[in-house]
Amino acid sequence: MLTNEEVAKAIITQFGENVSDFDDPYDLLTFSTGREQIIRIFTYLKSHSTFQFGFLTDITAVHYPDSVGREFCVVYHVHSLTNNFRLRIKVYLTADDVHIPTLTPLFASANWMERETFDLFGIIFDGHPDLRRILNMEEMDYYPMRKEYPLEDSTREDKIDALFGR
Amino acid sequence: MVSEELDITKNNLPAEQGPVQYVNELTTLNLGPTHPATHGIFQNILQMDGEKIVSGEQTIGYIHRAFEKIAERRPFYQITTLTDRMNYCSSPINNMGWHMTVEKLLGIDIPKRAQYIRVIMMELARLSDHLICNGILGVDTGAFTGFLYIYQEREHIYEIYEEVCGARLTTNMGRIGGMERDLSPTAIRKIKELLLRFPKVLREFENLFNRNRIFMDRVVNVGAISAERALSYGFTGPNLRAAGVDYDVRVMNPYSSYQDFEFDIPVGQSGDTYDRFMVRNEEMWQSLRIIQQAMDNLPEGPYYADAPQYYLPPKQEVYKNMEALIYHFKIVMGEIDAPVGEVYHAVEGGNGELGFYLISDGGRAPYRLHFRRPCFIYYQAYPEMCKGLTLSDAIVIMSSMNVIAGELDA
Repeated sequence: MLTNEEVAKAIITQFGENVSDFDDPYDLLTFSTGREQIIRIFTYLKSHSTFQFGFLTDITAVHYPDSVGREFCVVYHVHSLTNNFRLRIKVYLTADDVHIPTLTPLFASANWMERETFDLFGIIFDGHPDLRRILNMEEMDYYPMRKEYPLEDSTREDKIDALFGR
Repeated sequence: MVSEELDITKNNLPAEQGPVQYVNELTTLNLGPTHPATHGIFQNILQMDGEKIVSGEQTIGYIHRAFEKIAERRPFYQITTLTDRMNYCSSPINNMGWHMTVEKLLGIDIPKRAQYIRVIMMELARLSDHLICNGILGVDTGAFTGFLYIYQEREHIYEIYEEVCGARLTTNMGRIGGMERDLSPTAIRKIKELLLRFPKVLREFENLFNRNRIFMDRVVNVGAISAERALSYGFTGPNLRAAGVDYDVRVMNPYSSYQDFEFDIPVGQSGDTYDRFMVRNEEMWQSLRIIQQAMDNLPEGPYYADAPQYYLPPKQEVYKNMEALIYHFKIVMGEIDAPVGEVYHAVEGGNGELGFYLISDGGRAPYRLHFRRPCFIYYQAYPEMCKGLTLSDAIVIMSSMNVIAGELDA
């Protein structure tokens, strides 16, 4: 059984200052890194003889419009099936430069996950073979999951937030 | 006496046209979006060379309903109804998965009885999910009979749902903190009847298909995928296990007391359509085993956790007790703030690892909620699996992958 400390230690030894913000919310080891490192880190994790993080569970993004310089966060979940160990990797991006390298050479499943993230958040995955919208129509000119697109019609006056306690 | 014009042994073409020129031209074929064999609204644009598939491309999103965006405005308990509509063949698993995600965020411990009831309902949902998938696979290969036999059992499972939660398809079953009501005597009777009756039906279904020459000709070595490719494509659930990888969330990361039950994980070898069919069949037997064990050892005790902030108080209390009334009002209006946190919780859905990635910023609704839908992730392998096969194989492969449009698009 791998422990969070063990994996964190190995990653810090390998990547030093390039990885940061280690945390384990609800026992899931989480850390942040820069987009320059992401391919190196995934290659390392996948080819490591004991870790063997060979299964990409999920890619998604989160929008934090209020945190200047870290507006977008691309979140990766990887899983080592041999060790039954999950890992979460975050990459923060600024709003005016939403480029990040693609993971498609390493994981075939990254293709649609990245397309979905592009579709909903507008994150551009450099080197992706076919970066098009996947769930929404091609003609759409905005990225709907960003926080600046409110779900409800903002011109309505009968649904004041204060009345609903929010 | 055959006249000269009708004699087919002779070339009747005018001599000046010469031999027929064959141009190597591909045909574009739209399989879907509303083709009966897609069992849902999604499109495949296939490039065909005669009957052979040269390449394919999927177009999805026809029933994208932006659940992740809607969820950002809804209090937690109202998101359950969104999860119903993902894999609508096994809604209870989605419901329970969501409840468990929220319970993990809130740190609520669920009583054993509620956990066991959840296991029973989840396994019933798995039964009905696999029944549909395998039954439809039979229909798509031209065998309607098996489908009709087992559809009756699906009806009985839906009657149990009705008894437990009042609904059939989009169940909205369970609550954050437990179940909405205890198993009624009728529900228990119906589950026991199902356990008695279902094995015979399933055995009959297997007898119809497992060694059926026509069926095997259609499915053996069709749409095979290696374990390595399956893992790279993010396969989970029966489709991955058919390729020979014994990954099952119920065993790897047990939730809701799955560690208490004894069951096997069936695996296939070649990952072809026949293996997927057989793995699903065997999983139904294992689900029956789990339900039987859960019914035999159903613990006594409460069926909901002591979490008054999140679990609706009994209605009688609401009329008499002020605290109960306050909690009732706050819960229904969605005024309960959740703690700050970040949770990933996965359950073994009908199609594989169904994950919920929930970020709470301390408000009444999730700051961000992402569903890891197994269908969406493994369906991208479809063109690779059909390449070089015929159109009729493509239909069978799609059936056996159990692509559910609701889960595909969310």
